[in-house]
Formats: sequence, structure tokens, C-alpha cells
Amino acid sequence: MSSGPQAQVTLAPPAPVFARRTLADRESVLGPLMLAPALVYVILLVGVPFVLAILLSFSSATAGSLDFNWVGLRNFTRLLSDPQFHRALGNTLRFMLVSQVLVMVLAVTAAHVLDAAFVGKRLVRSLLLLPWAAPVALASMAWVWIFDSTFSVVNWTLKVLGLLPGWLYWFGEPGLATVAIITVHVWRMFPFATVIVLAGMSAIPQDIREAAVVDGAGFFRRLFHVNLPMLLPVVTVAVLFGVVFTATDFSVVWLLTRGGPYNSTHVLATLAFQRGILGANLGEGAAVALFLLPVLLVAAVVMLRLARRAEVGT
Amino acid sequence: MSTLTHPPVTEEPTTLGYVETRGLCKHFGDVRAVDGVDLCVMEGEFVVLLGPSGCGKTTLMRMIAGLEKPTAGEIYIAGERVDDDVPPRARGIAMVFQSYALYPHKTAFQNIAFPLEAAQVERSTLRRKVEWAAALFGLERLLDRHPRQLSGGERQRVALARAVVRDPRVFLLDEPLSNLDAKLRAVARFELKQLQRQLGTTTIYVTHDQVEAMGLGDRIAVMDKGKIRQIGTPRDVYDNPADTFVATFLGSPPMNLVEHDERTLVGFRPEHFLPREAFGGEADLVTYRLRVREVEYLGSDRLAYGYLEEERRSDQPVIAAVPITVTLPIAEGEVYEFAVRRRDLRFFDARTGLRKPAPS
Repeated sequence: MSSGPQAQVTLAPPAPVFARRTLADRESVLGPLMLAPALVYVILLVGVPFVLAILLSFSSATAGSLDFNWVGLRNFTRLLSDPQFHRALGNTLRFMLVSQVLVMVLAVTAAHVLDAAFVGKRLVRSLLLLPWAAPVALASMAWVWIFDSTFSVVNWTLKVLGLLPGWLYWFGEPGLATVAIITVHVWRMFPFATVIVLAGMSAIPQDIREAAVVDGAGFFRRLFHVNLPMLLPVVTVAVLFGVVFTATDFSVVWLLTRGGPYNSTHVLATLAFQRGILGANLGEGAAVALFLLPVLLVAAVVMLRLARRAEVGT
Repeated sequence: MSTLTHPPVTEEPTTLGYVETRGLCKHFGDVRAVDGVDLCVMEGEFVVLLGPSGCGKTTLMRMIAGLEKPTAGEIYIAGERVDDDVPPRARGIAMVFQSYALYPHKTAFQNIAFPLEAAQVERSTLRRKVEWAAALFGLERLLDRHPRQLSGGERQRVALARAVVRDPRVFLLDEPLSNLDAKLRAVARFELKQLQRQLGTTTIYVTHDQVEAMGLGDRIAVMDKGKIRQIGTPRDVYDNPADTFVATFLGSPPMNLVEHDERTLVGFRPEHFLPREAFGGEADLVTYRLRVREVEYLGSDRLAYGYLEEERRSDQPVIAAVPITVTLPIAEGEVYEFAVRRRDLRFFDARTGLRKPAPS
């Protein structure tokens, strides 16, 4: 076996030629071999930093020195009494929940609209995916202009329409900044969610949808009693993605507000960056960054289980 | 087509049937799925739409249900014109799908209750009606189960219960038995017929299975290429097919068709085509010489495949279905005298395929 299978074939030309086992037939070798690059990549670029972050969160390491002092849970206990951390944690959860609810409502609505037959459906479908395909830095810059304190197109439009008596300083006021951040999150996530929900809708057998029509159910009854329950596994996956994406997102907040005004819109990711990298306190930064990990893990496991149960349930 | 020369509609059209279509057409692009169908179903009648796949029978039913919008033509249910803008839910129909289309996340009870909920039936009435429908199909003990926990036959009965529960004016059944295994199908067929008699609900039933059609239908509408070729009682369409399509589509094995003269085909059923001796001294017979190529033993019958040993018919295959009670030997490769009673012969125009009287 190990003496090179091809060599045997060429050495015995007159015999009936059965093709020998090649590498492509040896799944026990081929599988690991093909997986190796991806595995190495993940280990080096995700695994190592991840372990490092866990170690750092239990240390008082700073960016200025190579000292590594084990401090146990001190970083975490200190965070628990830090109002700025509370604020960031609250923001993370708030942004995540509000944007996910909005995303799902919009995605299910959009999926139903796109599911109906109308002229130009394909065009609308591909346009819809644009926000998701656009690089986040580019998109955020566009949004920065949209919410700019002087040039905001939103403000000017409202002004011209006579709907805005004063002026909105989007990034100057915590409430408005929150609205802006959530808007961008929703804008970014909702196309992806729509595509997932659309895929889920096309998996509902046509017969069942027609049965609901013949059974006399109106649109909302069909939506809430037939379509949504049957979409549940797929929606769960979309929500799970959305939760993880928004809860760990750094770029939107950083590019829009940098956590401002007065650190009021920090989320865990931006706070971790500020403390750990800009503030050079690596240990504390790591602790902030890792804080939500157990929560997200539990959320992921619970949602995947729910999805599985719903799936088995069909 | 007669449908193109409809009289101008000046007064309210008088509808004869409980469900009626007039000049109904459905075109998908160039394909004429349904091509000018005039169907008239009486109140309480059980009509089967029978035809090969792609003949338009399901499309016709879906238009009656309101799931498909006709390209042209009219549909009346209980005297009311519905084709234009009466949605499915307002047509008073209940439909059973081939796949049963049960809601997988709902229990049997919730499945059956769904049309009632949609109609906003009061809670206590709803419970009573669901229990009535469940009892009708022997589902009382299965009401808490989800469809995945039910067998094929049970699912089919839940689907039927869901259809009967709200007293529809018309049942539309789209091959509801074809997902059952053969044994269950015969029982289910019988039960379905009983039920329809008991409820007296007008029923339109789509199938490609002629045994189902013959067994269930008060009348059968045989369809091909979007048109109804013949509509009549099972006996009528079997014994007196209107054309060669109906003649060969119904019956297994199908009716033998051989050339009679230049312009005429003669048809006779395999079961009428027996060895000369089997008729005893009967008089009015037409005799052919059959060269037997192959004999199949099917238990209750022997099927003899062969060719007629006659000049103008030597290349035309025919089948004889000889009941096992006829014990005369039939050997492959031999030539025998086979006969048909003259009254069992049917004649068709060789060009149009349409039935015509016996040539003198």
C-alpha cells in the first residue's frame, strides 16, 4: 500500500488493468489532508488569539511591558463595579435585541413581498442584498455622512418637508446616537435575514400553503399559524446569526460614534478596544471582550436546540 | 369549437349543475392545459376526472378551487359565478391534496380545527364539530398526535376530516389515495364512497387510476390534452367509448383496435375476445384467426398476445383475456379461432378516432 500505487500499475502492463487505489480513493488520508489548511488557518488566527485573550483576562498585562502577572478574577470583579462597563453591557444587549426584533419583522415582511410574483422581482431581490455585500467600513462612512451634524440628508429632508422644527445632532446626543447605530445594524443585517427567511419560505410545501388558502385562512392567519411556525427553525438560525453578529460587532459603533458622545454608546467590543489597545490595559480589555462569551455560547446552544426540535417536529 | 359560438349573454345564465364550467380554458404560455371544458356536476353527484398525467385534470380542479385563474371561461358553484373574483375561501369548497398537506406543527385536532378557526367558529361548537369529524374517520384516539406520528392511512383520514369538518358545498379531491399502499387503497376507496353517500356532498375527484374512477364515480369525465373526451357513467364510458382515446385509456389490458376497412377501425375488449369453442352454439359471432405469440398466466385470467392471421390485419397486435374457467389449451406459436359477439364490436372513424355506427 505504501509503496506508491501508481508504480504498480505501470510495472505490470500486460495484466488486466484494474485501476489501483489512488490518493483520491483513500478518504482516511484525503479528508484530513484537505481539511488541514483551513484547520491551520483557524488555529493560528482564531484559536491562538482566543486562548491568549483568555489568559490575558486573568492577568494584569499591559501593552507597554512583557510582564505577565496572574491576578485571577480581579479584572472581572473590577468590571462589575464599573459604571462604564455596565453601560457598554447594557448597550450591547439593547442594540442586539432591538435590532434583531426590527430585523426579523422587516425580513419576514420583505420575504413575503418578494415571495409574491411581481414585475422586477429579480432586480429588487438583488438590490436588497446590496447592504450586506457592501464593505462595512464603506457603508459606515456613508452613514456617517447621512447622520452628519451639518449635512445630514435625513435632517435636511425632514426640514424641507416641514417635519423638523429644530435640528437633530445624531452623534451628539446619546438617544439619537443609539437610534443611528441601531439603524445601521438593522440596515446591515436585514438583507441577510431576508434571504434566509426566503429560503425557508420556499421550503414550505406549496400544497400546505394552498391548503391554508382553501381552508379559508386570511393573510395574517396564514402568516402566524402556518408560515411562521414552519419557518421557525430557519428564523432561529437567522436570529442566532444576527445575535452573534451584533453582539460582537465592533465596526459599526466604532466608525459611527467611537463610543461617544461621552462614552454613552460603547458596546463591549469598542470598550475592550479602548481599554485594552488605546488604554494599553490588555488584561482588562480582554476581560471586557470575553465577558459575553459564556452568554453567547449558552444562547447559541439553546437556539440550536430549539431549531433542532422544531426541525424534528416537522 | 362550439365554445367559441356562445350565444351572447344578455340575461342571467341559467345554471343546471351545482358545479358548472363553461368554455373553461387555462393556457400556460403556449401550453393549453385546459382547453375549453364544459363540465356540469349535479348536486350530490360524485364525478371523477380521469386522464393521463398532463391531461389538465388537476388544473381544471384547481381552477374550480380558485387556486388557478382561468384564461377564459366561466365557473359556477351553486348557481353563483365564482371565476372572476371569488377567493377560494368564499367558494364553499374543501380540498384534499395528494400529499394531504397537513400542517406539520399542528396536532390532528388542530389540523381539523383549522378551517373552523379560520371561519371564527365559536369554541364549543368547534370542539363538537372536530369531534364529530374525527369520529367519522375513527380518529378519536389520535387527535393529540402530530402528523409525523401518524401512518399514511391515518394522515389521509385526518386530511379528509379537515375537509368535511366545515360542511363544504363541494369536495375537491386530488388523487387522495395515491400515496396509500395498494391494500389500504381498496379499503379507503370503499370508505370514501360510503362517506360521500352518507354526507351527500357534491364531489369532484381527480385520478389517473381507472380502477378508482370506475369504483368511485357516479360519472367519469375522461380527459386528454385539456379536453373532456367523454363524460358518462363508468359503465357507459367503458362499454361505449366515444373515441379511440377513451377506448384504449380505459380497461386493462385496453380495447383491441384493428382495421375494419379503409375508413373504419373495429374495437373489442380483450375479455370479449375468446376461443370460438367457449361460445358454444351461439350464433351472432365474428370470428378471427389469432396467432398466439405469448401467453401470460395471471391467476384469474390468461392473457393471450398475438396477431390476427388475416391479410389486412396481420400486423396488428391484439390481446385476449381468457378467464380461467375456459380451460381450452392455448399454446404459444399456434393459430386458433377466436370470436367476438357482434354486439360487442365498436366502430371508430379511422381518421378522427370518433365512434361511429356499424358499417352495413
